[in-house]
Amino acid sequence: MTEFIIIMLVKMFVIFGAVMLTMTYITLAERKILGYMQIRPGPNRVGPWGLLQPIADGIKLFLKEDIIPDNASKAVFVIAPAMALIPAVMTIAVVPFGPAVTIFGRPIDIYMADINIGILYIFAVSSIGVYGIVLAGWSSESKYSLLGGLRSSAQMISYELSMGFAIVGVIMLSQSLSMVKIIEAQKGVWFIIPQFLGFAIYITAAIAELNRTPFDLPEGESELVSGYFTEYSSMKYAMFMLAEYINIITVSGIVTTLYLGGWHGPILPPFIWFIVKLFAVVFFMIWVRATFPRFRYDQLMTFGWKVLLPASIVNILLTAVFMTVFGEL
Amino acid sequence: MAETKNMILNMGPQHPSTHGVLRLILELDGETVVKLTPDIGYLHRGVEKLGENLTYHQFIPLTDREDYIASLSNNLAYCMTVEKLLGMEVPPRAMVARVLLTELQRIASHLFWLGTFGIDIGAMSLFFYTFREREQILDMFEACAGARLTVNYFRIGGIAKDLPEGFEKQVRDFIKIFPERMKNDYERIFQDNKIVRIRTEGVGIISKEDAIDLGLSGPLLRACGVPWDIRKSNPYCGYETYDFDIATGKVGDVFDRYLVRMEEMRQSLKIIQQALDRLPGGPFLADDPKVCLPSKQKVMTEMESLIHHFKIVSEGFEPPVGEVYHSIETPRGELGFYIVSDGSNKPYRLRFRPPSFVNLESLAKMAEGKLIGDLVAIIGALDPVMGEVDR
Repeated sequence: MTEFIIIMLVKMFVIFGAVMLTMTYITLAERKILGYMQIRPGPNRVGPWGLLQPIADGIKLFLKEDIIPDNASKAVFVIAPAMALIPAVMTIAVVPFGPAVTIFGRPIDIYMADINIGILYIFAVSSIGVYGIVLAGWSSESKYSLLGGLRSSAQMISYELSMGFAIVGVIMLSQSLSMVKIIEAQKGVWFIIPQFLGFAIYITAAIAELNRTPFDLPEGESELVSGYFTEYSSMKYAMFMLAEYINIITVSGIVTTLYLGGWHGPILPPFIWFIVKLFAVVFFMIWVRATFPRFRYDQLMTFGWKVLLPASIVNILLTAVFMTVFGEL
Repeated sequence: MAETKNMILNMGPQHPSTHGVLRLILELDGETVVKLTPDIGYLHRGVEKLGENLTYHQFIPLTDREDYIASLSNNLAYCMTVEKLLGMEVPPRAMVARVLLTELQRIASHLFWLGTFGIDIGAMSLFFYTFREREQILDMFEACAGARLTVNYFRIGGIAKDLPEGFEKQVRDFIKIFPERMKNDYERIFQDNKIVRIRTEGVGIISKEDAIDLGLSGPLLRACGVPWDIRKSNPYCGYETYDFDIATGKVGDVFDRYLVRMEEMRQSLKIIQQALDRLPGGPFLADDPKVCLPSKQKVMTEMESLIHHFKIVSEGFEPPVGEVYHSIETPRGELGFYIVSDGSNKPYRLRFRPPSFVNLESLAKMAEGKLIGDLVAIIGALDPVMGEVDR
C-alpha cells in the first residue's frame, strides 16, 4: 500500500510538472509558429531563440498588480479563475501518455489512472470549466465581460453536444469507455480511418470548446476587448491562460487517444509516438489560428446546431450500419 | 414576466476596433445593435483655425496629420487648392510625380485598410502580409522625402525636391511583385475563405440612393454601383490622359467594398506603370520666385534668390483676394479644400471636407439591427481615419 502511494505521488509530481512545463512552452511554440507563418521572427529577445520567454512572462504576471474591480462580486471573482483551472488539471489524470514501462523492476504506467469510464470522466470534469468562464464574465460587473461570458456558455453547450456524439462512434468500435482499452483497440488500424467524419467533427467541436480561432468569440478581441477576462489581471489572468493551454494539451491528448492510435506506431518507443502525435494536433490548432477569421455569433450557433450536430448523428448511424454489415473490427 | 431593458454599451474611444478614438454609444438587445450614436471629437485639434494663423506654406505639414494613412493625398489636395487660387501652372515632371506618388499612397492606404480589416474580423495573418508590401511603398516615400508616414513632400508649385536616384527601380520592382502577392497572399488566403465570405457578404448593405443622399464618396459609394470618381469626373493632374477604369460593386455590402478596393489597387498599379513610362525630365518646381523656394545653390550665389528665400520663409506670399474650392479623390473619397483669401499672407478662412467624416454618417444606417460582429466588420469596411474626422 505504501509503495502504491509513493508511486502515485511521484507520478503526480512528474506528470503535473511535465504538463506545466509543456504548457508554458506551447505558448512559446504558438508564438514562434504564428510568427513564422506571419513572416516575422516571434519572440527572440529573452534567451537563445526566445527560450526563456515563457519564464519571463510568468515572472511578469506574478509581479503585476492584482486588481479587483470595485463593483465586482469579490468572492466569485476570485473563485472563477480557480474553477477554470482545476478541471483543466484534473482531466490530465486520465490521458494515457504511454503503456507500462519497467522502472526499478516495477511496471509503472505513464498515466495517473485508467478508470473504466475515462471518457465520461473527461466530459464530466471539463464541463465544470465553463462555470469558471461564466462566473468570471458575470462577476466582473463589466458589460464586455458579461457578453463574453454569455457567448461562451451558449457556445460550450452547443458544441459539447456534437463533441459527445462524435466520440460515440469510437466507443462503439472499441466497445469500451476506458482510454487505455480504446488505444489497445487501435492496434491494427487507427480510428481516424473508419471514423474520419467523427474525427473532423470532434476536432472542430474541440477547437470551439477551447475558445480558439475561428471560434474565439468569448474573447473576440476586436469585438469584446478580451471578453470574459477583460477585468482580470496578474495571476488571476494567468490562471485563465494556464487553463486554456492545459486544455489544449488535454484535448490534443484525447484526439491522439481516440483517433490517432494513441501510442501505437513503428520503430519509436510508444511514449515518444504519443508525444509526437500530441504535438501534431497542437500544431494543427496553431495553424488554424493563423489561417481563419472569426465566426459571427449567430453563424457559430447555426454551424453548431445545423451542421455539426446532424453530422455527428449521421456518423453514429453510419458506424452502426457498418458494424452490422461487416461485423466488429 | 419581468420587464427587460436594453443594455447601453459604451464602445470606445479606447477600443481595439474603432480605428482610433471613435466612440460609439450602442443600445444593445442581446447582441443586436438597436441604436447607434457615434460620438466624435476626441482627436479635435482645431486645424482649420490653426490654418488661419499660418502662412500658406506653413500649413502643408498640418495636412499630413489629417488623413495620416494617406498623407500625400492631403498634401496634394491642399497644394492644388492654393495653386488654383494663384492660377499657377505646375511643371510636367512634378505633375507626373504627383500622380505617381499619390497612386502609390492609394495602394499603401488600401493595404493598411486590408490588414486592419482582416484583424477586425479575426484573420490576423493577413495584416503582416499587407504590411510587408506597404513597407516597400513607405521605403520609397522615405527615399523621396525622408519621412514615411507624414511625408510632407508636395509644395505649392510642385514637389519639395526631385525624385531620388534609384526611385524608378524601386517602383518597378514593386510593380513586378505586387500583382502576384495580391493573388497568392491576399486573395487566396482571404477572399477565398468561406468564413470571410459569410462574414462580409450581405453585411452593411446601403442602397445607391441612400449613399448619394448621405453624400458618401470613395470606395464606399462605388461599392453601391455608382461610378463616381473625381479622377474621371473632374480630372486633375492630367488624370484624363491615363488609361484606367473605375471599380464598382453591385450590392454595396462589405464584400463589395473589399472587391472595389482590391480592384482600385490594380488600377492604381496600372496608372503608376503609365506615369513611370512617361515621367519627363525638367524642373520639379514652378518658376515663380514669389511663391516657390529657390534652390539652395541659388540662395548661396544670387542676392535676389536670397531675398526671395528670406521673404517666403518669413512672410510667405500674398495670393489675390478670392475664394476657391478644389477636391481630389483620396483613398477614402472626396477630399476638398475651401480657402477664402483676403489678400494677406494667411488664409482668411480655411476649411476642408474630409471624406471619412461624411462617410461616418452612414454608420448608424448600416449597422442598426445588426450584430456586434457585423458592426465591427462595417466599421472596418468604412475605413474611417479619425484624424480627418475630428480635424
